Amino acid sequence: MEARANTRIVVIGNGMVGYKFCEKLFSKNHTEQNFTVTVFGEEPRPAYDRVHLSSYFDGASADDLSLASVEWYAQQGITLYLSDPVVDIDRVQKTVRSHHGIVVGYDYLIFATGSAAFVPPIPGVEKKGVFVYRTIEDLELISEHAHHARKAAVLGGGLLGLEAAKALLDLGMEEAHVVEFAPRLMPRQIDEAGSEVLQAQLESLGLQIHLSMATDSILGQESIEGLIFKDGSQLPIDMLVISAGIRPRDELAKIAGLETHPRGGILVDDRLRTADPAIFAIGECALVHQMIYGLIAPGYEMAEVVVSQLLGAEKAFLPFDMSTKLKLIGTDVASFGDPFVKEPDCRTVRFENKAKGIYKRINISSDGRELLGGILVGDASQYNMLLQTTKSKTILPPDPEDLILGNRGSEETGAGVMNFPDDALICSCEAVSKGMICSEVENGNTTIDALKKSCKAGTGCGGCVPMVNDLIQGVLKKQGIYLRKVICEHFGHSRQELLDLMKINQVKTFGATIDLFGKGHGCEVCKPLVGSILASLWNENILHSDRATIQDSNDRFLANIQKGGTYSVVPRIPGGEITPEKLIVIGQVAQRFGLYTKITGGQRIDLFGAHVSDLPQIWEILIDAGFESGHAYGKSLRTVKSCVGSTWCRFGVQDSVSFAIEVEERYKGLRSPHKLKSAVSGCVRECAEAQSKDFGIIATEKGWNLYVCGNGGSKPQHAQLLATDVDKETCLRLIDRFLMFYIQTADPLTRTATWLNKMEGGINYLRAVVVDDLLEMGEQWEREMQELVNRFHCEWKEVVETPELRKRFTHFVNADQKDPSVAFEEMRGQIKVKDWQ
Amino acid sequence: MNNVSHVTERIIWHYACHIDDVPSEGGACALINGKQIAIFNLSRRGEWYATDNQCPHKQQMALSRGMTGCENDEPKVACPFHKKTFSLRTGAGINDGTLQIATFPVQVQEGKVFIGMQD
Repeated sequence: MEARANTRIVVIGNGMVGYKFCEKLFSKNHTEQNFTVTVFGEEPRPAYDRVHLSSYFDGASADDLSLASVEWYAQQGITLYLSDPVVDIDRVQKTVRSHHGIVVGYDYLIFATGSAAFVPPIPGVEKKGVFVYRTIEDLELISEHAHHARKAAVLGGGLLGLEAAKALLDLGMEEAHVVEFAPRLMPRQIDEAGSEVLQAQLESLGLQIHLSMATDSILGQESIEGLIFKDGSQLPIDMLVISAGIRPRDELAKIAGLETHPRGGILVDDRLRTADPAIFAIGECALVHQMIYGLIAPGYEMAEVVVSQLLGAEKAFLPFDMSTKLKLIGTDVASFGDPFVKEPDCRTVRFENKAKGIYKRINISSDGRELLGGILVGDASQYNMLLQTTKSKTILPPDPEDLILGNRGSEETGAGVMNFPDDALICSCEAVSKGMICSEVENGNTTIDALKKSCKAGTGCGGCVPMVNDLIQGVLKKQGIYLRKVICEHFGHSRQELLDLMKINQVKTFGATIDLFGKGHGCEVCKPLVGSILASLWNENILHSDRATIQDSNDRFLANIQKGGTYSVVPRIPGGEITPEKLIVIGQVAQRFGLYTKITGGQRIDLFGAHVSDLPQIWEILIDAGFESGHAYGKSLRTVKSCVGSTWCRFGVQDSVSFAIEVEERYKGLRSPHKLKSAVSGCVRECAEAQSKDFGIIATEKGWNLYVCGNGGSKPQHAQLLATDVDKETCLRLIDRFLMFYIQTADPLTRTATWLNKMEGGINYLRAVVVDDLLEMGEQWEREMQELVNRFHCEWKEVVETPELRKRFTHFVNADQKDPSVAFEEMRGQIKVKDWQ
Repeated sequence: MNNVSHVTERIIWHYACHIDDVPSEGGACALINGKQIAIFNLSRRGEWYATDNQCPHKQQMALSRGMTGCENDEPKVACPFHKKTFSLRTGAGINDGTLQIATFPVQVQEGKVFIGMQD
């Protein structure tokens, strides 16, 4: 193709593919040519990542989703008009006219108008509360409406529909439904058995799935009140999100007299040219090879094909592999090659594990030599490997079922990727091969972020990121840089290995631990870690034997060190319930020792500004009044927060305070890899915020729902449902198992949320271990927990009663005085420590 | 040797405490000449050290409550506030080279700990 020295290009549409066209045009143009590019976008903001749209409800902002800023377009010399769609094309004069009346001439015109949500002609779709799920503006409208909606449904159980369903869950709908016309979910990607497994997973997360349902009409006056189905049944809802497929935006092409398909799409050849040689169409608006490619990777490839032609190269768009892998509401779903081919055209191998929510299917050619395609639900860790095997027509081993039944260990996967040929395509969105990634890693780009910058791998759909990670590990390992996760220079073991060694050998001191399993004399990393393991294993007083000096400062003085070197004191107030008499004692202690008092986030009272030498006396008074240590200083159970529950609250369905006290009494003092927080709510209103805790309990009409691995703090994360409607005894048994599993396997200073995030198989695996007793460890863990519970002691009571422990609580060993450098100021009628410099 | 240098090198030994007053593998604070001194008992190595009690990072009187340990055989203490580590031998900051604390010689005789300070 010949282009003039200054070529005018107009791009209609500023979605992901339109943006990618611009990016490729300017990054690949090493010729003498000049391009004057004008882009018209209908939306008010520049192109953003529509694939990860649902992360908007997870906290991602419009900026986070943005692909490039307005300044980027300016720097490239691109003229960008936003909120200004093209309304007319004069193919003779070669000009376009925008809605605002801007007229621009072109030598080449690129349609990248994408698609719109397809809205089926159901009576009532115009009612308030009915939305589509396509743009950030749609999301803003949905989010706004969700404030006064409780029950919502998604119409359409395909890929986008399930993404939208996740959004409904994130928005906190009391009921979230998915209505699908076909007899299975994701009918274009997975088969019925896969759909069943996926359905069970989604239902366990609170989605209600209705299959084979044809919608007749939408109920309600002005606003939606429900759906009526063809079989006469009804579903009462106050919000509906329609996600019934896409329709190519070809209306402008029609007006311009270009040929379009009756069911939508601008007709183009395999060079992506329309019948008018100056006009191209790319992305979801283009109909090529008799189909619409509704995925991002082929859209980017189309941009590449047109850019190559404009730069003078010959390139055609070849039939594109439609394999996909995605994470739907935490569940992996993937399909590759031909997922549906049936016997006798192939041999099919299926694997199903309902307890873990895993389904795998591979289709092997009849002669057993090649992989034709397959489906993965619940665990797609082998996706990249299987996809490459399919694409490269690798000759299969004699037992091809090993492909899905073999070792799932990450090392195995890593080795597998490293065995791919160098030209194997890893990132199909950006066409980055294994060889390119490996050489980037060898050049020092050893993180995902660095690779995204240096070669763009992983910047598209993100599906290849796990494999890119494996390549980084693989290359580093080859170079001998790979490091085991050891504790520090004194211990060549992981925390879990050391715990097992100490348990088997019944080790009870730091000295014995380092003599037997380590070297040197320890440091501030390994000492508290060993202290924590000793406490988790044996629950003996942490200050006895040689254990006092291996504790972090807070544990060593059983109080929290604060600015200025004084300590804060937190007595345990189980469930946040306290008598007036005890409140008075706390007040008296604070008055007598001049302490600043504040209510904590965990429903108890913190007393600040205590000199180290006053601590034993303060605790003597508190213990006399019936208080115990609150362990606010330890990596251990902090509080079990509660709402007032059914004893007083008119909504409460269970006595949450009594259960919170029972839970706190059971696990108080339990030492763990990091602090533990819990809460019990008396009904679904969740006033105790149990879903932000390491383990949280919410009352139901029939019993209790147990949630685990939530987190507040800097990276908030909702807890996930582990068990439903269990009685108290079962609930405590499950918590016993969960906590022992966490204590025995987590890395040091890892909260339960992070522990779960790193766990292979995620919540499904955790549930299989804790609830279904997959490892048959349940009974042992319950017994071990009971032993720890039986050995509980109040650490402060022992210190108060033991002279040799008590005498350590002094500032000077040789003078009976307090630290003279401590100084306070006054603020709002209480003390405040002087700011440090 | 002239008189002047003789005077500057004169060290006075101050009794601080009994050896049992400083926990094994840990520290304690003594008040000597109105100055707060941190004393460390590294019993596994059979070594005693003394330094400033004040951490120079945020001027907190806390090093005696810090955790002792070693890094490549260099004995060290970590401040409980922000885990700044210091060599007990030289007083040099290990994970923050801009920091420095003073160190003092220690003698142990008949169960008694003495700290040496220049007169």
